Amino acid sequence: FYLTPPQVNSILKANEYSFKVPEFDGKNVSSVLGFDSNQLPANAPIEDRRSAATCLQTRGMLLGVFDGHAGCACAQAVSERLFYYIAVSLLPHETLLEIENAVESGRAVLPILQWHKHPNDYFSKEASKLYFNSLRTYWQELIDLNSGETTDVKEALVNAFKRLDNDISLEAQVGDPNSFLNYLVLRVAFSGATACVAHVDGVDLHIANTGDSRAVLGVQEEDGSWSAVNLSYDHNAQNEHEVKRVRMEHPKSEEKNVVKQDRLLGLLMPFRAFGDVKFKWSIDLQKRVIESGPDQLNDNEYTKFIPPNYHTPPYLTAEPEVIHHKLRPQDKFLILATDGLWETMHRQDVARIVGEYLTGVHHQQPIAVGGYKVTLGQMHGLLAERRARISSVFEDQNAATHLIRHAVGNNEFGTVDHDRLSKMLSLPEELARMYRDDITITVVQFNSHVIGACQNGE
Amino acid sequence: PAGMFLRLLSDVRWQAAHPKWRKMTCSQRSSSSTAEPTPVPLPAEAQVVICGGGIMGTSVAYHLSKMGWKDVVLLEQGRLAAGTTRFSAGIVSTARHLSVELKMADYSNKLYQQLEQETGVSTGYVKTGSISLAQTQDRLISLKRIASSLNVMGIPCEIITPKQVAQLHPLINIHDLVGAMYVPEDALVSSANVSLALATAASQNGVQIHERTSVSHVSIQKGRVTGVETDRGQIKCQYFVNCAGQWAYELGHSGKEPVHIPLHACEHFYLLTHPLKEPLASNLPTIVDPDGRIYIRNWQGGILSGGFEKNPKPLFTEGRNQLEIQNLQEDWDHFEPLLSALLRRMPDLEALQIKQLVNCPESFTPDMRCIMGESPTVRGYFVLAGMNSAGISYGGGAGKYLAEWMVNGYPSENVWPLDLKRFGALQSSRTFLRHRVMEVMPLMCDLKVPRWDFQTGRQLRTSPLYDRLDAQGARWMEKHGFERVKYFVPPGTDLLDLEQSKTFYKPDWFDIVGAEVKCCKEAVCVIDMSSFTKFEISSTEDQALENLQYLFSNDLDVPVGHVVHTGMLNEKGGYENDCSIARLSKRSFFMISPTDQQVHCWTWLKNRLPDDSNLTLEDVTWKYTALNLIGPRAVDVLSELSYAPMTPEHFPSLFCKEMSVGYANGIRVMSITHTGEPGFVLYIPIEYALHVYNEVMNMGQKYGIRNAGYYALRSLRIEKFFAFWGQDLDAFTTPMECGREFQVKLEKGTEFIGQEALLEQKQNGVYKRFTMFILEDHDTDTDLWPWWGEPIFRNGRYVGKTTSSAYSYTLERHVCLGFVHHFDENTGEELVVTADFINNGDYAIDIAGQRFQAKAKLYPFSSLFAQRRRKDEEELSGYQRE
Repeated sequence: FYLTPPQVNSILKANEYSFKVPEFDGKNVSSVLGFDSNQLPANAPIEDRRSAATCLQTRGMLLGVFDGHAGCACAQAVSERLFYYIAVSLLPHETLLEIENAVESGRAVLPILQWHKHPNDYFSKEASKLYFNSLRTYWQELIDLNSGETTDVKEALVNAFKRLDNDISLEAQVGDPNSFLNYLVLRVAFSGATACVAHVDGVDLHIANTGDSRAVLGVQEEDGSWSAVNLSYDHNAQNEHEVKRVRMEHPKSEEKNVVKQDRLLGLLMPFRAFGDVKFKWSIDLQKRVIESGPDQLNDNEYTKFIPPNYHTPPYLTAEPEVIHHKLRPQDKFLILATDGLWETMHRQDVARIVGEYLTGVHHQQPIAVGGYKVTLGQMHGLLAERRARISSVFEDQNAATHLIRHAVGNNEFGTVDHDRLSKMLSLPEELARMYRDDITITVVQFNSHVIGACQNGE
Repeated sequence: PAGMFLRLLSDVRWQAAHPKWRKMTCSQRSSSSTAEPTPVPLPAEAQVVICGGGIMGTSVAYHLSKMGWKDVVLLEQGRLAAGTTRFSAGIVSTARHLSVELKMADYSNKLYQQLEQETGVSTGYVKTGSISLAQTQDRLISLKRIASSLNVMGIPCEIITPKQVAQLHPLINIHDLVGAMYVPEDALVSSANVSLALATAASQNGVQIHERTSVSHVSIQKGRVTGVETDRGQIKCQYFVNCAGQWAYELGHSGKEPVHIPLHACEHFYLLTHPLKEPLASNLPTIVDPDGRIYIRNWQGGILSGGFEKNPKPLFTEGRNQLEIQNLQEDWDHFEPLLSALLRRMPDLEALQIKQLVNCPESFTPDMRCIMGESPTVRGYFVLAGMNSAGISYGGGAGKYLAEWMVNGYPSENVWPLDLKRFGALQSSRTFLRHRVMEVMPLMCDLKVPRWDFQTGRQLRTSPLYDRLDAQGARWMEKHGFERVKYFVPPGTDLLDLEQSKTFYKPDWFDIVGAEVKCCKEAVCVIDMSSFTKFEISSTEDQALENLQYLFSNDLDVPVGHVVHTGMLNEKGGYENDCSIARLSKRSFFMISPTDQQVHCWTWLKNRLPDDSNLTLEDVTWKYTALNLIGPRAVDVLSELSYAPMTPEHFPSLFCKEMSVGYANGIRVMSITHTGEPGFVLYIPIEYALHVYNEVMNMGQKYGIRNAGYYALRSLRIEKFFAFWGQDLDAFTTPMECGREFQVKLEKGTEFIGQEALLEQKQNGVYKRFTMFILEDHDTDTDLWPWWGEPIFRNGRYVGKTTSSAYSYTLERHVCLGFVHHFDENTGEELVVTADFINNGDYAIDIAGQRFQAKAKLYPFSSLFAQRRRKDEEELSGYQRE
């Protein structure tokens, strides 16, 4: 079974989406030029989600990638709801009041977000009322809590993350008379999702991360070369601080079991996540909710299974780590991607490929044989492929698509091998997940001129 | 790394071979790690300074010292044999198109073979043979033509079948081959070591060699070399030899007086591999696959393979730092087509491991031929460079010829095709060179078909009538930068496109040129011949005549208004130039020479005319447009336009007169046509060119006038047995040998150059004779056409080569011109060629291995033409009545 280059392209481009920020929207110039986004499923259906939106009542743009596990319900819910929670957290008191009054009196509500969505990125209509009510409760509390202080972005991000996770948990505990919705909120709560969200406002870039997706900044050095700067920390066993944190939060007696085989309680890879109430609720609560829940939930072995050594919940949190970065003119782009990308490619290569793509320098890294053992046949194949790649670079109109092409098709020389690409993309559904993970990528391109001007203005 | 290893090895031997040199290399060697080097100081003076320690420089030094010139200093900016020479693929191949190139390569091969024995320096010489593959029938024809040349030169060579190729080389895929040429004597060498061996021998003969010495410029006084300035001081010298390879152009331009050496570097790539599992034998033949654009030789058990890609990468156009040659990048993507061709030719190599892709710049010239000889502007400034990637093959022979040139005044062979003076300042533009070498490098592998024209660097010099002629369907070729018409495509005629009209057979313009020839014979044609070189020589007293009488063999003391055909001969009586000289007045002369004589003839005259302010030589080429009116009706056209009688009684043959044509006055009209046909050449001051052309065309209409091109001219002159300088005549041909004794006036009362040699020939006879051959059993439509360089056989024995050929539309046969020698059957010694020897023999011309019967003639078919002309005139009068 062999996919022709056009077939490969149609698979790669099925989910691509690009958005160009209007250079001047009448109010201010944006430091974001636009973004390219794409995702390639390995799971069926895909468990990754992505979101992008412009804040309408405050300044700034929100972009995020969400990696679901144990199903896609939680990732879907977070992708729909998190930006509203963030936007609300950022709103000044007066705006919140105005919105609340409008809702109360049945007037048209000020729009909070302008979404930039691919047609495949859907919102659940059935749950919108439920989600809206939860959100309204949140802003009502914010109105009541009015501190009079200006909103700190970092704090807003943390609050929004925590609040949404809390709402997910509560909605599952309370249940819903509508059996569809009841089952939905339970699936959301019992599945999980990581989130990596960027908030860009002028030169202020905030990354809020929960879990093991990653944000990497692409920096162009003075010599024109590209380097990658991490703007998030992975919350997993490879992160010493995280391991320490998790262990600290539980009694000494559990030290060995809290992190086992590089997983939380020997089960979960990310150490922070939305949902996953199996790692948050007490055993009693879990049993109660499952027993009273619908039959589908009862029949599910996974949901019924209680993690071993489960003594002092919660073991898991959705609280993000937030990093603030002041954008500089040399910061050309930001890559948000789920671990499906970072497992296959080093961030330096990612930054170089995107950098060369975006600057239109399709100059290929010259091949040097160096110390490698390369046969004439291998070299011949590689060169033929590179010729094809020159055209492939021009084929991709989307930086994320271009990255995925590399992530899936790269051979040992770091160049796209069409044969490999064809094989990887034609794997049957049941095998695909063994060779690769879902990949979701959003590449945000910054406007260096605006950033430079902002800097000088300060 | 492999190269470096070779270097180290050779250095060790180098020191052992020459103790005097050891001191210096040792001190330099240690210097790299410890103290400053203490090089041997440069001498203050030397007879010859050679710049460049590559294969060319060392070969020149070697041959000079062998010929007894020992006061020679060789300067190398880096280390010996460290430039292009070090990176050379080391293939010595004699399969060359030009006979002088073939001879150089053959000599090199023989020299290298015994060099190790002579010098004690290992040269890595292995006689492997070479196989040139043909994927197409046309390629096979091309190879067969070379094979014919090689065979008559005594170089073993055979055309073999694909199966035989497979027997000679185990790895070759032969499925797409139609044949091949096998040259068993071709060899491989380590090129750096050959160069070092030559340096060793030269050094033993007294040549001083200084490495790490850069020549900054050459000092020139009164048009002569006086010394060189280096970064280590000055050396006074009489001769300077520029062997700077790809830096030769820059070095030539470094002084106050530029020496134009038109060459340009291109990147050149070849691949080195690790050994095969079963290492390749070191005597495995070298493979040249021109259709795949690659060559493949065995190398340390693996292979070395490079080629000449279609899209070359010229470099150093702006003249870069020399040291960058070391840092050139491998470019695999660029090499991809060549790698594909390699794996197609030898599929089993797929699993072979790559060692390195070498990027080694080579210098190329505008016409694919190397550059040698003395500068036309600076005496004592010699050049040997621009090897078009055949430096190793030519190195020995080229060095020998240049040394002979310096020592004896001229080489032992006709090297005009390689002479620096074939170029002028006009080929020296960097843009021109860059564009041209991008065309030349791929041509290394392209099929060399007859009448090839370069496509780049065109429309540089043009006649004022260019646009007019172009609009009338002119197809152009180029000579010395000047656009000349080949023929005119009649409106509505569809000619094949350029690529398809490349043929060894009857070309698509056959009928078009036939019609032009017919018009020249029956009515009148106009050919724009403005490219011809035109000089004026005048003086206040009789100096012009006196000097010209010495420089030219014919008697120029003719009445004013007469035109004289004469040779400009060298001391041996050979033609340095063949020209027509009109005596404009008692003290001024107008001289017409071939187009490519512009630099050579100027230099020859300048160097020999006395430094006399009352004697002036002026190049007026650009001042005149020349229209050649050929045909029986030319006289009618001209007399109507000038209101002057032009009949032979009033305007005899070989006459020159300034007159008015149309409204324009001061047109020099000469009754010559360069074809043997009746007619006139009009030398028109350029501002009148368009006017006169229009008048001629308008007036000519009723006489059936039409435009014609050089192909028609060539057919006419060849069937009339007219020899042409540069094609048939050269510095090794005397008037006696080409039936032009009547153009030599041995008793004209004044001495002239070459007189003695001609006297001797007159007494003792000549050793070759210019002969005309009419092909007998040759079918113009289906047989291969002759070109030039075809071997001539007399009674089955090789006697010489053709120099030009054309289809004669009058004789309806092919005519070849060439020289017949008489080699003693036993000793091979050259004997006198008599008319009897020519007339009593059965001749055959070998075209790509196929022999065609030919009739030899020493005189043209004058009677035949006379008869035909009378008949034609009758026909023409009939035509006019219609």
